[in-house]
Amino acid sequence: MLIIKNIVKTFNPGTVNEVQALRGVNLEIEAGSFVCVLGTNGSGKSTMLNAVAGSFMPDKGNIILDDTEITKWEEYKRAKFIGRVFQNPFSGTAPNMSIMENLSLAMKRGKSRGIGWGLPKSLINDFKNLVRPLNMGLEDRLENPIGKLSGGQRQALTLLMATALKPKLLLLDEHTAALDPKTAAKVIDLTQQIINRDHLTTLMVTHSMQQAVNLGDRIIMMHQGKVAYDFKGDEKKHLKVQDLLVLFDELRKKDNIDVAVANLLTEIYV
Amino acid sequence: MALLIGSITIGLILSLLALGIFISFRVFDFPDITAEGSFTFGAATAAALILSGMNPMLASFIAFLAGMVAGATTGIIHTHFKINPLLAGILVMTALYSINLHVMGKSNLPLMSETTIFSWVENLSVQWAGEGTKTNVLGWDVLVRDLYVLGFCFVAILLFSFILWWFFKTNIGTAMRATGDNSQMIRALGVNTKVMIITGIALSNGFIALSGAVLAQYQGFADVQMGIGMMVWGLASVIIGEAIINDTSIGFVITGAVTGSILFRILVAIALRWGLNPNDLKIITAIFVFIALILPVIMKNKKKISFKSHAHANN
Repeated sequence: MLIIKNIVKTFNPGTVNEVQALRGVNLEIEAGSFVCVLGTNGSGKSTMLNAVAGSFMPDKGNIILDDTEITKWEEYKRAKFIGRVFQNPFSGTAPNMSIMENLSLAMKRGKSRGIGWGLPKSLINDFKNLVRPLNMGLEDRLENPIGKLSGGQRQALTLLMATALKPKLLLLDEHTAALDPKTAAKVIDLTQQIINRDHLTTLMVTHSMQQAVNLGDRIIMMHQGKVAYDFKGDEKKHLKVQDLLVLFDELRKKDNIDVAVANLLTEIYV
Repeated sequence: MALLIGSITIGLILSLLALGIFISFRVFDFPDITAEGSFTFGAATAAALILSGMNPMLASFIAFLAGMVAGATTGIIHTHFKINPLLAGILVMTALYSINLHVMGKSNLPLMSETTIFSWVENLSVQWAGEGTKTNVLGWDVLVRDLYVLGFCFVAILLFSFILWWFFKTNIGTAMRATGDNSQMIRALGVNTKVMIITGIALSNGFIALSGAVLAQYQGFADVQMGIGMMVWGLASVIIGEAIINDTSIGFVITGAVTGSILFRILVAIALRWGLNPNDLKIITAIFVFIALILPVIMKNKKKISFKSHAHANN
């Protein structure tokens, strides 16, 4: 179970570039739950994911994963519990190293790495079995550097790598946004298969409302660094893309009113 | 022929430097100029210890450790104080200049009459083959002693290359290569990239310091200036190696760096033989590396242009 308690983060405080990215995010996610996170640009959805992953330290608040307070843990230490797939397909794999070497690195996620042989022969068959279900022919190209593969292939491999050792939490940050629609659908299929198979607790940021409606058992919509809407259970099951669009429009209108009021006030007082 | 053997021997000794530069520049993409200081640091440490009567093998090993300390310092300055790699290296290199003078006590330490690794090897050659014996290699008369020294260096470099290759194939070595390749990815897989960078740059400078220590014993003196330009020298060797051996797997790249170092030394020896002013050596090395760095870009642009004109012709 993941508990996010009143997380606040301001980037570049006290400068003209000050951004209040998170303004008190509160969230409790039960073990085995698959949560889709929606939100407008700048709503803080990716920032929240990065706060959980440990890419930066929050100014305030607590992050608790399975009764362990990890708020102050560094990114690499949290990786013991957390599997991640990034938006950029190039972020999740080491391009100049072979598919095999990348997979072997993933098999040691969060474990101590000593002077044992990095690529034991005994693992090669495991790796072949791991990539065969992808139907990408990668099982015969394990020696090839990953940089030679397409974005979709790399993203599929990153997903396998993030889940090779069952993580307590899987973080997916718009992991299909940079892919063409056909490949994206394939990667989403794979995502769903793996999550269902291993009952992974998952946080998936997405910009696609269709994805959010089709996948998972909970939808969170973020706005201005806070959780604006939260749908679970039956409510989530009956939610349609149309309903989400209406909510989005409402949030946008609110934004516009805020901007209009701000302009008015500036005109009068400044 | 004696010139060739001498060049190959020095090339082998400096291949330790090339391997160090390979670790920092290629594995970590870390332009580490600490090399200039740690090369001298290794030479100074080994020379001072040998003069104090220490076993030369042990002195060389301590020089290796001294280089590691210098490298770790650069690594810590970069990772923990967020200072740009180049500047971190410059800081440590500058500090090392004073340290080297303190270690040596003066700017030049002669080792001519001391027991060094090479005086051992030479004694061995006298015992087994006799004083001043010559042998025929491909039609030239060569001192057996020189062949012994060459053989010793060859075996030593083979051993070090193998250890480095093995290390980069272990779990920790693989994680280290991944740190240089994609640090975000390997952090997400639970590796402390700061520790990897510090250890890697320490290892790099250990090799470089060892290279300096062995060279000082070979040429019979340590000098406070001997590190100047060594980083570019090492880089030139690595680049030549990459040009000869066109393969990215770690074993081939290490072989390439060693081969490149030997070849570069031979080229330099030939150029000097043909009357190149030794004072011009550094500028020529620098120009060589400059050309090697921009050549791939020029080739790429040329390809693009020819492709474009080709496409145009088709229309």
